[in-house]
Amino acid sequence: MRLLIRNGRVVDPASGLDGGRDVLIDSDRIAAIEPQIECPDAEVIEADGMVVAPGFVDIHVHLREPGIEHAETIASGSRAAAAGGFTAVCCMPNTLPVNDSAQVTSFIVDRARRTAAVHVHPIGAISKGSQGERLADIGAMHAEGIVAISDDGIPVMNSGLMRRAMKYAASFGIPVIDHCEDLTLSSGGDIHEGIQSIRLGLGGIPSCSEDVMVARDIILAADTDSRVHIAHISTANSIAMVRHAKKLGLPVTAEVTPHHFALGDEEIPGYDSNYKMKPPLRTQLDIDAAIEGLVDGTIDCIATDHAPHTGHTKMQEFERCPFGITGLETALGLSLEALYHGGSIDLPHLVRLFSSAPSSCLDLDRGRLVVGGPADVTIFSTTREWTYDANQTLSKSKNSPFGGRKFRGGPVATIVSGRVVWTVDEGLRPQR
Amino acid sequence: MNSTGPNARNLLGIEDLDRAEIERLLDSGRHFKSVPPRKKLDALRGRSIVNLFFEPSTRTRTSFEIAAKRLGADTIGIQTLGSSLSKGESLVDTLNTLAAMNPDIIVMRHAASGAPHFLARHLSTPMINAGDGQHEHPTQALLDALTILEVKGTLQGLRVAIIGDIAHSRVARSNIHLLSKFGADIVACGPATSVSKNLTQLAPGVSLTNRMRDAVRDADVIMMLRVQLERQNVEVFPKSEYFRYFGLSLEHVALARPDAIVLHPGPINRGREISSEVADSQRSMILNQVENGVAIRMAVLEWVCSG
Repeated sequence: MRLLIRNGRVVDPASGLDGGRDVLIDSDRIAAIEPQIECPDAEVIEADGMVVAPGFVDIHVHLREPGIEHAETIASGSRAAAAGGFTAVCCMPNTLPVNDSAQVTSFIVDRARRTAAVHVHPIGAISKGSQGERLADIGAMHAEGIVAISDDGIPVMNSGLMRRAMKYAASFGIPVIDHCEDLTLSSGGDIHEGIQSIRLGLGGIPSCSEDVMVARDIILAADTDSRVHIAHISTANSIAMVRHAKKLGLPVTAEVTPHHFALGDEEIPGYDSNYKMKPPLRTQLDIDAAIEGLVDGTIDCIATDHAPHTGHTKMQEFERCPFGITGLETALGLSLEALYHGGSIDLPHLVRLFSSAPSSCLDLDRGRLVVGGPADVTIFSTTREWTYDANQTLSKSKNSPFGGRKFRGGPVATIVSGRVVWTVDEGLRPQR
Repeated sequence: MNSTGPNARNLLGIEDLDRAEIERLLDSGRHFKSVPPRKKLDALRGRSIVNLFFEPSTRTRTSFEIAAKRLGADTIGIQTLGSSLSKGESLVDTLNTLAAMNPDIIVMRHAASGAPHFLARHLSTPMINAGDGQHEHPTQALLDALTILEVKGTLQGLRVAIIGDIAHSRVARSNIHLLSKFGADIVACGPATSVSKNLTQLAPGVSLTNRMRDAVRDADVIMMLRVQLERQNVEVFPKSEYFRYFGLSLEHVALARPDAIVLHPGPINRGREISSEVADSQRSMILNQVENGVAIRMAVLEWVCSG
């Protein structure tokens, strides 16, 4: 089975390629990338005016399976990923049970193999049950396929445990991903501590609750010489500290979510829980710092923190609603708007932020478009005008603040292992 | 107009009102105050009002009930104890139940900021916020304004000291919005853990201090807040020494203007935020506030019904 992507602008940041090329896919591999390819028996995708990029990788999603399948499954979440242009996702371990053992990891890997539309890499827990007390079976989970460890959402407060986790994970060559939040500082908080929390009478989550943990992690990374990846960085101070750490050559990487550079706390319309997430939406100063951090390489990549919640959990008092919003389907549109159309980031850099850069944060062998390499390809437009309809999402949950938002540019087709799994015109394609 | 619901007129907060709307409510409150209490009115005859109180409250609930009855309405009180609310019914189920009952007005008090806004978004029944979490308590600010105006004649240029746990107080928030709209100078005073620097951006004319003497000096109005230890998740000040630094004594009142008045939303904690001598003094307007509360709530009930 052969597939020819014709007349696209092929952008592969890893090799520096940026030009008009045809891409031929044979089975699950890239067979050729040439200015002009003739292949009469191939299915043709016309990519005239489109960008043909290495398959996008989202290293921070919540797929909710096992245990919270009413909000999302590996099947539904991976389909939303495909609709967002992602060909691979890394799923966080805060499921029921927590992914803290080889059994849960192999369950996820197996479910993904049988039901997922895109590649799924599990992330294991740092501690048993993410309780922050004893290390999880990190080696055994690694043997089953985890690509990193994290107690995302239930962050490790105990610095001694964090230090041991960093060292221990390094012996398997995997990084620790930290959701940096000092719970003693953020406790009782609903949104960013600032004018908006004062205005709405909601509990504040101060920037310092993130900053002290980023500082701790950088110090521990220096001490252990082990890799730490800062999840969803959101404050100007944290970004400045990561910049400093990188100058010192420390093994620290960072991601930012599209909502953290696309929205600020003053845009929260009243008590709409689709604007409630951790870390919270910050200020314009922080947004500017995030964009600057992306421009100068302080922030390595974009990740969505796709966090589906069912309608009824979001239909209650604001302070009782869970944290988190969906993000897979809007990530590219938001990034094009805030970064590319805004003029701060060029196309090859934008593609890198979604493909090779997140791959290298977690040492995934993905995010490149090379002959002989895996045929994971994202085709997108920088001009197509469309409106996001959260009710039409492929996710099982609709908790997005971006319903009704108009975008210029977005995903057009998603190809995973040589198979077209989603196109903007047809939606999901049935798979064999 | 403050209508977030499909087509209802709501009173959810002072922030959303403009000066003209507030003036109209104050005028109407004055009018109702002038009507002898024994005279039954029929402005809301045949209307049903649900008083939905998710938090214990005696004064506000009673005040709304008296106001409703004086206007000829039927009232139904639902409190957390003894109703399905205490059995863990969710807000959305309460919402559906209420929608089915189809009352004419809902008066709601809730411990969560924004809870009435949530209901108002989904109901077409007029909604009055009787206090939501740490957000707003609009009828309290209206009755406070009526009380001040009766003595001072104007709010413009008045120096008003608001003293207590400002950041966590819905009474403070509503009063700051109202006083600011009418050009008062507002000094918010409390321990630094209660007086966030962001408060100055809440509305024009707000300044902050942590010193009682600075706050009350030359004040025209001293507005004390109730210390609400039950609502503090974490201790924002050690209660044992609160009165020493932020309690109002006669010595403070002496620093204020000779004709200064003292307000308190009640119920007062004698010896915690206010001394008995001040509470019982000629300066204290606490009982006037209670009386004005009924008049203002009559005005508000009539207003939301005429939307």
